Amino acid sequence: MRILIPVKRVVDPFSKVRPLPDGSGIDTTGIKFEINPFDEIAVEEAVRLREKNPDIEIVVVSIGSGDCEEQLRKALAMGADRAILVETTHLFDSLGIAKELKAIVDTEQPSFVLMGKQATDYDCNQVAQMLAAKLGWPQACFASAISINGQALTVNRETDLGVESVEIPMPCVITTDLRLNEPRFVALPGIIKARSKPLDRIPPSATPAPVTRTVKIESPGARPPGRKVASVEELVSELKSRGVLPA
Amino acid sequence: MSIVGIAFTPADATGIQAFAAALGMPFRLVQITGDPNTSCGAQQILSAGLEDIPPADGLVSSLEGVVQGASHIVAVSSMASKDVMARLAGVLDCAMVTDVVSADSPSTFKRPIVAGTLVETVEASGAPIVLTFRPAGFTKRPPERASEVESFSISPSKVRVTQAAHKSGGRPDLTQASVVVSGGRPLKDRETFESVIGGLADTLGGAAGATRAAVDSGIAPNELQVGQTGKIVAPDLYIAAGISGSTQHMAGIKDSKCIVAINKDPDAPIFEVADLGLVADLFEAIPAIRNLLGK
Ligand SMILES: Cc1cc2nc3c(=O)[nH]c(=O)nc-3n(C[C@H](O)[C@H](O)[C@H](O)COP(=O)(O)OP(=O)(O)OC[C@H]3O[C@@H](n4cnc5c(N)ncnc54)[C@H](O)[C@@H]3O)c2cc1C
Repeated sequence: MRILIPVKRVVDPFSKVRPLPDGSGIDTTGIKFEINPFDEIAVEEAVRLREKNPDIEIVVVSIGSGDCEEQLRKALAMGADRAILVETTHLFDSLGIAKELKAIVDTEQPSFVLMGKQATDYDCNQVAQMLAAKLGWPQACFASAISINGQALTVNRETDLGVESVEIPMPCVITTDLRLNEPRFVALPGIIKARSKPLDRIPPSATPAPVTRTVKIESPGARPPGRKVASVEELVSELKSRGVLPA
Repeated sequence: MSIVGIAFTPADATGIQAFAAALGMPFRLVQITGDPNTSCGAQQILSAGLEDIPPADGLVSSLEGVVQGASHIVAVSSMASKDVMARLAGVLDCAMVTDVVSADSPSTFKRPIVAGTLVETVEASGAPIVLTFRPAGFTKRPPERASEVESFSISPSKVRVTQAAHKSGGRPDLTQASVVVSGGRPLKDRETFESVIGGLADTLGGAAGATRAAVDSGIAPNELQVGQTGKIVAPDLYIAAGISGSTQHMAGIKDSKCIVAINKDPDAPIFEVADLGLVADLFEAIPAIRNLLGK
């Protein structure tokens, strides 16, 4: 059985980012890059599934500049078996990435694709569902538990109302939510060993014109500054005078 | 140009009405669960009348037919709409924009990115455009007669739901409530969270919310998580108790009219965004607030 995991290189979710002065993008000077946290959860989950089902091969793929090697190496160090870097400077949007991933799925023929529900940079939450559509595969998004059950997966999904359990036949696309697991810390020997794991560099299968384009990136308007109140009494009377609590 | 709005819950219809008005376009409504709102001004209402939102694959195949001819296919942002609408965009091979907060033109939209620390203006080309939007940015419209309701059936799915999720408790929905009281890591356990945060929420007739830290440590159920990767709320009053104010949490509450922070650390970052801040132990302040309100 093979699990394919797309991973994205994103700005460190705990860094403070600013727009470029001309508004054309995100200023990344001095900013660290990480694996998108949800993709890291996906890699961790695949490694845990392999602990119970030893015949699993874990393949990670990233689409982007040569720098994405850093994130692929991290995934390999966590336990992925091999990596594919679709090396390109082309500007892909979500739909373009989904199409490129479909080309990878067509060659790799995984039993399922496991990926982050969203990337913490552009917060789009689109690619997995678009990929599932392109493949005609069923999807289970926002997984908080996954187990392999013969030719199907049993997945707990987080929904607006709570947790839902589903049985989904393979092949399929699954996205990870925060509660699925807590990714392991990778110790130095793992990182060193990962340097010898295979990483294939390939060009993109196509460079489609994007259908969405970033026109501008700016800082949001700041909320007017607030103030501290001295006591519970002052808080309640202030809320009443602002009309947010009934007088 | 015309809109097809996909309403996952009955409450979504008024959001879609407001969005359509902002774009100045007529709209048709597809109601997935519950009874459709017949005073939302839709030109046509198709109602599936389901109790639970079905899996995305079957739902999207059935939507494919009814969205024909629309320039925009829209839904209120929610986990359900993100699951379904992106698959629909994939099937239609068209542009999608997530979490729209305002429209500069019928094809140019603003949306928060990087946990709301930046705002992106994005232009979508081609037709149709699929999008999800946050209703807080669009002014509600008065009730308006809608057309007759026709029924709409959903194609079968390859996914079998073995246990559906059901809303627990009698509190208002987090994303709809006019008052939200949220708690963080110091709430210790479920019982404490329920009695302190749930108790104040009930006093105020509001909903309860939580941080990721509270949900991860089992203090609050996952559907209460507010933030970048949880629910986006925009109540008149948001009370954050024992919440530090991480970027990820703030991303979910910025549209609230009045944010109150109760935190015992005077330097907690939440005070930088709160309209009213109270430096206090929440376990003393919250009972005192309930006391003052006489409940
Ligand atoms: C990819 C990603 C996505 C995330 N998404 C979300 C999200 O959607 N929502 C979210 O909330 N977080 C999210 N987080 C987590 C976020 O970064 C923070 O870790 C989290 O919000 C912190 O929760 P907290 O404020 O409850 O806990 P803490 O940061 O530990 O803060 C607790 C606060 O309580 C105060 N306190 C302690 N005791 C008392 C007392 N007795 N009375 C009053 N105050 C007290 C402390 O002073 C402190 O400020 C995400 C993180 C990542 C990496």
